[in-house]
Amino acid sequence: MKVLLPSPLASYTANRREVEAEGATLAELLADLDRRYPGIRFRVIDEQDAIRPHIKIFVNREQAPTLAAALRPADEVLVVAALSGG
Amino acid sequence: MRLLVLVGTRKGLFVLSADAKRRRWGIDGPHFLGESVNHAVLDPRDGRTLLAAVKAGHLGPTVFRSDDRGKTWKEAATPPAFAKAPAGESGESVDHVFWLAPGHAREKGQWYAGSSPAGLFVSDDAGRTWSGVAGFNSHPDRRKWIGKPGEGPPDGNTLHSINVDPFDPSHLYIGLSAGGVFETRDRGASWTPLNAGCAADFLPDPNAAYGHDPHCLRIHPKARDVVYQQNHCGIYRLDRPANRWIRVGLNMPKAVGDIGFPMVLHPRDPKTAWVFPMDGGTVWPRMPIGGKPAAYVTRDAGASWKRQDAGLPPAHGWFTVKRQAMAADALDPVGLYFGTTGGEVWSSFDEGASWNCLCLHLPQVHSIETAIVT
Repeated sequence: MKVLLPSPLASYTANRREVEAEGATLAELLADLDRRYPGIRFRVIDEQDAIRPHIKIFVNREQAPTLAAALRPADEVLVVAALSGG
Repeated sequence: MRLLVLVGTRKGLFVLSADAKRRRWGIDGPHFLGESVNHAVLDPRDGRTLLAAVKAGHLGPTVFRSDDRGKTWKEAATPPAFAKAPAGESGESVDHVFWLAPGHAREKGQWYAGSSPAGLFVSDDAGRTWSGVAGFNSHPDRRKWIGKPGEGPPDGNTLHSINVDPFDPSHLYIGLSAGGVFETRDRGASWTPLNAGCAADFLPDPNAAYGHDPHCLRIHPKARDVVYQQNHCGIYRLDRPANRWIRVGLNMPKAVGDIGFPMVLHPRDPKTAWVFPMDGGTVWPRMPIGGKPAAYVTRDAGASWKRQDAGLPPAHGWFTVKRQAMAADALDPVGLYFGTTGGEVWSSFDEGASWNCLCLHLPQVHSIETAIVT
């Protein structure tokens, strides 16, 4: 499915802001994304599997609060780098 | 031979370099433009491996490593991270990696990292993969040592000042802010507080075993068992095997006091050390006393101190020098470098007798480290 990424993650994807990844849940999708672009997951998800404070993830424009969100192949996942200040 | 001065800043890493006479300088960077670099250290054991503790405003913390002194970088495959909590329990996450320390000279490839919240991590493959030091991170008293989440210094409680005993690789010192100095003699399996003699004006118990606030701790690289500490409440020296710190900062001029952040040791002479006093009165402005910046040097292990301000702003020097933002090189005479929260890097090539501004207009300086490479 389509995954849209913010500019702070562009160094992981050779500057591609739109990539493909697979998974039946957000957790699986992020694991697949990390296989394709090593290291990207830990920059947005912490070691307790929580979405980092200045990252928001939307599935079809609905915010996903946790990685348990279910996904379908036609979904669109948007990762947003929210305001961090300074 | 080249001298490198690694300047970690709030918005990237800069590498200043000079010839052996320190006359011709260049600048390289920024590396990690826009990302906060708390610390960058070149491995003295191989002269090539460079590690940097990096965090972007939006993204989680990580460690980058370079095998070619910063020409190319690769992220750690497994950055420092706490263990995942069992289901139903809350766990900790690393907010930022704060301190990087190469391991013992004989243990090539071993590095340590300190984090906020206070955690200790080790790598045995030159920073590619990191794991928690369970003896500290899972110690039953750790929570008491480091305080509650949200308490402590403005940037969070932090593990810093990782010092590996150059004469004993199993012996490490660490600093916890605010928690105190701790040591291990078994590679991190067990830990003992080491704060006797240190003041802690903010604690009700003047003889508390821990809860103190070391700002910077340095073990001498050549002289066995000589340790200095710039603490929130004074400057101290410890000559092991003694366990009680001596407040050598009481020998500083009373009008200046002995509050500050960095502690810098002479690379060869264990009786020579430098501090950079800050105003710790009233609301703790954390800036030079009266806006008149100065380093202070002792040549007699803290028995006396001499002001060194030639070349520094005579007035209205309102900046902070953070705990990692002052360092010495290993040349003769020793060069000194400090970075400011105003983005300046100052240098002295005569052991502090005179200062000159090496660099202006950088982002806020977090850390300074030096290295000599061939």
